Amino acid sequence: MSTGAVGRAYPRLEGPAKVTGTARYAVEYPVDGITYGWAVPSAVVRGRITRIDTTEALASPGVLAVVHHGNAPRMAPGPQPELRLLQEPTVHYRGQYVAVVVATSLEAAREGARLVRIDYDTGPHSTVLTDDHPGLYKPDQVNPSYPTDTAEGDFDAGYAAAPVRVDVTYRTPAYHNNPMEPHATTAQWHDGRLLVHDSNQGASSVRATLAELFEVSPESVRVVTEHVGGGFGSKGYAKAAVVLTALAARHVDRPVKLALTRQQLFGPIGYRTPTIQRVRLASDADGRLTAICHDAISQTSTIHEFAEQTAVYTRSMYAAPHRRTTHRLVRLDVPTPFWMRAPGECPGAYALESAVDELAIAVGMDPVELRIRNDTEVDPDQGQPFTSRNLVTCLREGAQRFGWADRDPTPRARRDGRWLVGTGVAGSSYPARARPSSARATARPDGSFLVQINATDIGTGARTAIWQVAADALGVPPERVEIHIGDTTLPTAPVAGGSMGTASWSWAVIRAAQALREKLRDGGPPTGEVTAEADTTEEVGGQPALPRYAYGAHFVEVRVDADTGEVRLNRMLGVFAAGRVVNPTTARSQLIGGMTMGLSMALHEEGVLDERYGDWVNHDLATYHITGCADVESIEAYWLDERDDELNPAGVKGLGEIGIVGAAAAVANAVHHATGVRIRELPIRLDKLIGVSDLA
Amino acid sequence: MQGGPENATTIDERHSSRVTVEVNGASREVTLDNRTTLLDTLREHLDLTGAKKGCDHGQCGSCTVLLDGRRVKSCLVFAVTVDGRSVVTVEGLAGPDELSPLQAAFIAHDAFQCGYCTPGQLCSARGMLDEVSRGWPSAVTDDLNTPAELIDAEIRERMAGNLCRCAAYPHIVAAVRETAASS
Repeated sequence: MSTGAVGRAYPRLEGPAKVTGTARYAVEYPVDGITYGWAVPSAVVRGRITRIDTTEALASPGVLAVVHHGNAPRMAPGPQPELRLLQEPTVHYRGQYVAVVVATSLEAAREGARLVRIDYDTGPHSTVLTDDHPGLYKPDQVNPSYPTDTAEGDFDAGYAAAPVRVDVTYRTPAYHNNPMEPHATTAQWHDGRLLVHDSNQGASSVRATLAELFEVSPESVRVVTEHVGGGFGSKGYAKAAVVLTALAARHVDRPVKLALTRQQLFGPIGYRTPTIQRVRLASDADGRLTAICHDAISQTSTIHEFAEQTAVYTRSMYAAPHRRTTHRLVRLDVPTPFWMRAPGECPGAYALESAVDELAIAVGMDPVELRIRNDTEVDPDQGQPFTSRNLVTCLREGAQRFGWADRDPTPRARRDGRWLVGTGVAGSSYPARARPSSARATARPDGSFLVQINATDIGTGARTAIWQVAADALGVPPERVEIHIGDTTLPTAPVAGGSMGTASWSWAVIRAAQALREKLRDGGPPTGEVTAEADTTEEVGGQPALPRYAYGAHFVEVRVDADTGEVRLNRMLGVFAAGRVVNPTTARSQLIGGMTMGLSMALHEEGVLDERYGDWVNHDLATYHITGCADVESIEAYWLDERDDELNPAGVKGLGEIGIVGAAAAVANAVHHATGVRIRELPIRLDKLIGVSDLA
Repeated sequence: MQGGPENATTIDERHSSRVTVEVNGASREVTLDNRTTLLDTLREHLDLTGAKKGCDHGQCGSCTVLLDGRRVKSCLVFAVTVDGRSVVTVEGLAGPDELSPLQAAFIAHDAFQCGYCTPGQLCSARGMLDEVSRGWPSAVTDDLNTPAELIDAEIRERMAGNLCRCAAYPHIVAAVRETAASS
């Protein structure tokens, strides 16, 4: 049945289009009569617009309209209040889009935006997360639907009684997703029907949101998302750009295209919340954990509650009889945080995997061995056996590949000229989930097949992976299969996010292919087109709730300049257990991409918020640093040949997030090993190292 | 053609210019608002959307093109300054029938994921290889008196102006290394 396409390394299908510049992204489609939108952000943090003077803007050549709360088309109230843009004069945070200027050219739109005069009444604001903020509260649940707090055994008693204890607090700043393509949309209304070309991670849900906001039927909205220049969570749902553009297009009754500027991406489209995380670990003298507590604090906005599940990672990672996790939230006058690659698990694993390293040092035990000692076959949180858990294999194989065996644990004991050299390790895990999807498979008389599904390829290689899965499911060579994704005229499919895309989409594609083969078996060779559809809603919904996770282990070697404190990566190596790997080529790219973003988190990225200004001041790529080409000297990703029959028909766990989870901790642990200095507030920059210790 | 003709009627003629520029070997003539960047000229007036707008501030490199053979960030170049000059964009890198070795190497090494920074990476790499062949040193070149050997550290340094959030960096380095070795 299988042609063996799954597991084979294919170059991504859209490769030629991407290297020749012919792949079109959201604002690159030629449209007759196009006009240009430019978003105007609020210049105050908290307040109310008292007057908008558009006279000068409208007098500027080329400007067609200034759309604002006083004249914008009305939108329906919906579940996402922050998307109801330009509907009211209230300003909830600095940078909130308060107007859109539409003009016949980009230059005219930008100039017009500069000329809009807005007066505000302002009030006091609070924009900085602290662990003693008076607004701290306990949300009813954390994302997506986890209990806010959990407790098992008696943490306080277990902790007090243990011979080895670690009580440490880690802080992470705001992180900004910064996909290379900004949020961007081309919108056209024709006879009450809306067509948008949009940069998002899931066109089906964007269509549903637009239909709701503009009070039209979903069938009258079409969202095309053929190529997306990255998302990393920030394009997971409909966001401001698509709403503003559709609103502006309706107002001027002409097609409008609008791309947010890089500066406008820092906040209003979401970001990873800053966190303050206290982790307490206790163990016996042999390093066996007896008590674990993880208390996480993060922020949300005044508009919408977004409760990052920061401590959830700790619930299932290592075993201990006494365990507690809590989440507390503060509503600040800030944009609503949103998903960023492994929301919850990523910052949470940084804290826990760093604390485990500190415990290993306190016990006097190798950090790889300590993790292995605390492995568990049963989910400590749910009490059920994991469907598969190969953390230990990842740790052992990683240690072997990395050359960990003879590591001297003594901090600050290795020099290479002016460099202090150190190594670090961290574990990683991420849930393996799937969501309902639908798909269609068609057999053509010429022997070729067409597979259609509204999946999204944000750069993951989704198009290619689904194509391989489809070929195997149809039992034909992939060359005979054509794949169509990225359009709401195709069968509805879930978002590319949460490491769920390939699992969810391939499930529906396999079922559609099976249904098609059944039809063909009955009817002989097709004389016309034969089509079969599948919808996995029932099947996915009926899946037993078992603890399904991918695992990994990161190994890092850094060098730290003894004089300046500059940290450089020597090498980074990850081993992952993520179920079946559909395409080794694109899988490797996803994994090293996640690992590099973890490196970036550890050493470079920081949204610097000025309380007086009430916003991040380093809102561009010159001052918000991300890892660049010169920062990555050696990075390797490996994976186990893992089979897990309790997952989904394709047997995949997802690769989008597992690479970043734990990566920052491995870097931080290596920096400690190199220098003897433990930095518990990311990023680890030279100013922190040089100020803390006389390194030389 | 999108935008162009109408812009010409709506912009103040005192603030516009007729610009003739050779793009990918063909002479193009266009009347532009003087504020128009080379990047926006390509994307909005010539339907050459290969060059990408990632930041519009010269910070990300997605808009990199070759201007008279040298790599520039086209978002930082006003179009009126390129009158009579020659531009090569990603659309001009391939031969008539096949990809250039650099483009083929990018595919073979999976040197991109989302593809948005890729046109800039390709143009930057093309320009960079030319700089190396001219013997230009970089910040990591040890000896300024002898031509730089294109070791990985040189490639990484010379490609550091092109950000890739998907972080295909090691694959970009591999693709550039292979292209350099085979040329």
